[in-house]
Parts: sequence; structure tokens; C-alpha cells
Amino acid sequence: MSEPLVLGIETSCDETGIGIVRGRTLLSNTIASSMDEHARYGGVVPEVAARAHLEALQPSIDAALAEAGVRLADLDAVAVTSGPGLAGALMVGVGAAKGLAVSLDKPLYAVNHLVGHIAADILTPDSDPLEYPTIALLVSGGHTSLLHVRDLTTDVEMLGETMDDAAGEAFDKVARLLSLPYPGGPEIDRAALEGDPAAIRFPRGLSRASDMAAHRYDFSFSGLKTAVARWVERCEAEGTAVPVADVAASFREAVVDVLVTKALAACEDLGVPRLLLGGGVIANRRLREVALARAEAAGVTVRIPPLSLCTDNGAMIAALAAELITSGRRPSTLAFGADSTLPVTEIQVDERVAVA
Amino acid sequence: MILAVDTSLGTAVALIGDDGASRAEASTADPLGHAEVIGDLIARVLDDGGADPVHHVVAGMGPGPFTGLRIGIAAARAFALGRGIPVLPVPSHHAAALAAIEEDGVTGSFAVVTDARRREVAVTVFDGTDADGIPIVIADTVLVPAAEADAHLDGVRRIDAATLSAVALARVGARAHAAGRTLTGDEPLYLRHPDVSLPGAPKKVGL
Ligand SMILES: [Zn+2]
Repeated sequence: MSEPLVLGIETSCDETGIGIVRGRTLLSNTIASSMDEHARYGGVVPEVAARAHLEALQPSIDAALAEAGVRLADLDAVAVTSGPGLAGALMVGVGAAKGLAVSLDKPLYAVNHLVGHIAADILTPDSDPLEYPTIALLVSGGHTSLLHVRDLTTDVEMLGETMDDAAGEAFDKVARLLSLPYPGGPEIDRAALEGDPAAIRFPRGLSRASDMAAHRYDFSFSGLKTAVARWVERCEAEGTAVPVADVAASFREAVVDVLVTKALAACEDLGVPRLLLGGGVIANRRLREVALARAEAAGVTVRIPPLSLCTDNGAMIAALAAELITSGRRPSTLAFGADSTLPVTEIQVDERVAVA
Repeated sequence: MILAVDTSLGTAVALIGDDGASRAEASTADPLGHAEVIGDLIARVLDDGGADPVHHVVAGMGPGPFTGLRIGIAAARAFALGRGIPVLPVPSHHAAALAAIEEDGVTGSFAVVTDARRREVAVTVFDGTDADGIPIVIADTVLVPAAEADAHLDGVRRIDAATLSAVALARVGARAHAAGRTLTGDEPLYLRHPDVSLPGAPKKVGL
């Protein structure tokens, strides 16, 4: 099977993603987001997300099939995110994927969400194939991870991740401190337009010399969030107006600085002159600008998939499964579950044992 | 044949023939682990149920703990989508009620009581079956604190269900379909709002 036709189901957070790929060719990337329902709560509410997935799944599958111009009977396999992510949300996708695979009597591939973000890159037809090894920086509302990818289907290592908030969450929380709406990323960006990124020197988490031994590639954003909160409170206590533009620009600069610094440190330490960016926060223009400029200075090539494939989506899940199939991997058993903390080393979950 | 799937308590799957007789049944009583077992249980009843085509899928719509409940509904819907056949949503308590009336010979009014977590139970009061053979609800499903359930029932016979029969669920769905009736909507019987409060002002961190 050289070009497997795969439908991918992704429900790890607040996007119901259905993707259809044929090998490395994207046929549909259909996304239903429940973001608007979370806006009033200021962050993703797991139960709200899970309810929305159940409602959105069938219409999203129908829409993806229509866009791709294929029928379910044509599929070679079904793929689904097993983890990491929100347990209750993941389980909706797992239940649906199993029902669909059994119904169609097709193989089912349960895969890792984070590795899926890397697989998004192979769906970009106009660029050269992804070269290995590469460092990958995945930044979203749900994760902030630095990975060493030696091979997409067999060898991915977690170098570091956030110890507390994900970067996207930090944007949401700081936006709230500044009385800006949810989601915080675009709002902080807008507010930062007129601001001076050097106006306030906010702390860079886990960046002191003493942090380097244990947390060289780990991230922490809760101290930064607290520092912003203190700053805002001090303004209020002094009766001065909060300089929202400067606070937003300086906060964003602290986040971007620490992300790019650690990613490029990994490139240098491991002798890997390639950096792949993924996750929804890559939509942040300042992050892309700083990453591109500093990587160029360091002699590191940067790859950024189209933004529609950077946010959570089913196409990346289908793409990863298509690579697994092409490389000869057997399907998953039907016994896997949702694993909210699935380690990145488990690229595929519960592969069937070979029959002798 | 009709396939029925319910994950409101344990995980229960069954196939019935067009005569209403059970063709295959597979279940676990475990109130957790629905996602892990749902695929194998459906595959098993298909293997055991014979070659007749499945033409409807009955989905048990709860009440039940939300996270588990949704897994069965998602699987039922996706299975139906894969076969291009309709889903018949059925309240899960109807299965327990039908089994009580037709298998255990319960007469008069009685309450089906299931665990709703957080020290609450879900209660539906039934009395017999109607002309279509469907259990008659005389008091809609409500959540009551477990400790107050007996007072709430005020002498009505109480039938606590820890598992339910997917065969009975399939029969209720088949009878409703034959009568052209829809017993519940597409929304699961959540009976609770998502457990969140709106954010207030940011907490002070102190200077
Ligand atoms: Zn993600």
C-alpha cells in the first residue's frame, strides 16, 4: 500500500479535528472549534469541550468526506489521538474511532498527539521533505514541549516541557490581568503593537545558571504571570494607569525570548541545525519573527507548517498514521484507551503483535 | 438486526434480530474503562450475531456519568455512520424498566435508580408498558441526593440497577422505531450543567 487513504480523528482539547490524507497529500482538514463556548470562562473547560466534541463529530466527518471527495468505504485506515490531552475529550474521539473502524472493518491506528504536530509538516507539498534529526518546539494552549526528532515514526525524545502553565495559557491569564478578552494570544499581540518590548524586564523562567543542570530545556511561565500581576497591582496601588501596550509587549517578549533561547540551545547542544515549530501559539507573529531572525544568525533552518496545520487538527493525526502504515507498522489493537499523559516516546499506542 | 450500545453504567452491547430475540450480547460491569472495551465488545457481538445486516443502532443516552456515557454514544453514532444507517436514541433507564417488567414480572409503579456520582442518584418512575410495548414513564428522570432517595420515592418500589441489558435497550429502540416514536433527543441526558463558575476578578498576588 503506497498511498494509504486515512481519516484522522483529533479531540484532545477544544478543537474537533477530522482530517483525510492520501499518503502525504492533504485532502481535508476540517475543524470545529468550541473556543467561543470557553470564552466566557476565560479558558478551556474540559466538560464543555467534551460535550462539544460529541456534537461536532458526525457533522465534521461528513464535511471532511465531502471536501475530500471520498467515501468511508474507500478508507484504508482510521486514526485517532490516544493522548496526551484532556481525558474526557480524548475518550469521545477514541469511542468514535473504534465504532467507525469496527463498522467499516478497517485497521485503526492510535497515535500520539505531540508527534502528530510534527507530522503536520509532511503535508506541505511545496517544501523539501523533513530532514532528520530535527529539534521541534511545540507551543499551544495545552503544551509547551521541546523535542528531539530522530525519526517521525520510531524515535522521538522529549527534551523538556513546561513545569506549570503552557505558553498559550500564560497568554490567556495575562490577557485577563490586562482586562483583555479570551483567547489571549491575539489580544496580547494587538495590545503590544504600540508597546515597547524592552519597557519592563519580566523574568525568564528556568533560565538562571542554577536552573541549567536540571531544567535546561524545561519551561515555566507561572512566575512570569505572577510578575505581571504584581506590576499591574502596583500601578493600581499607585493610582497610575496600567501601560497596557508596554506590559503586553514586554510580557510577550519574555515568553518569546525563553522559547527561542531554549530551542536554539537544544539545536546547538545536540548539533542539529534544524528547528520545526508547531502548535497554535506559532500563530504569534512576534514568536515567528524572533525565531526566524535568531535561528538565521545561529545557522539553524526553521520550518513552520501552514498555520491551519499548526493548531490542533485531524490531518496531522491521519498523516502520522499514513507514515506508520507506509513504514510497515501493524494497526493498534482495539484495547487502547485515552492516555492524558501519554509519553512522546509512544508514537503509536498498542500496536498489534505480529502473528507468526 | 439492531445493534445497541450503552455506557451509562458498565459497558453493554447487544444485537437483536428483527423478531426481537437476542442474537449476541457482550458486556462488562466495570463502571470505568468504557473507552478500552467498547471496540472489542462491538466486534465480538458482530462476530457472534450472524450475517444478517445491521440496519439500526440504538444508543443509550443516559443518565450516567458523562465521561463514560459519551463514549458509547460516540461509538454508536460512528458505527452507524460507517454503515450508513440511522441511530435511535433511547433513555438508558428504559432498558432497566423493560427488563424489570418483562423478565422479572414487576407490576405496578416502580423506580429505576442508578448512581449519578457525587452522592446523587438518578431516578425515573415507571408503571407498566404502553400499547407499543414501551415502559410508561410516570415521573421524569431527576437527580436526588442518595441519602434522600427513599424519602423522595415515598414508598414506591425501588429497583437499583448497577448494570443494564443492551438486549432490553435494543428492544425498546426497535419498538419505538416500529411505532414511529422518538423517545429522547440527540443530546445525552446530562441532567447537570458543566461544573464551572464564571471567572471573577483576578486574585491579588500581593506586592
Ligand atoms: Zn496540540
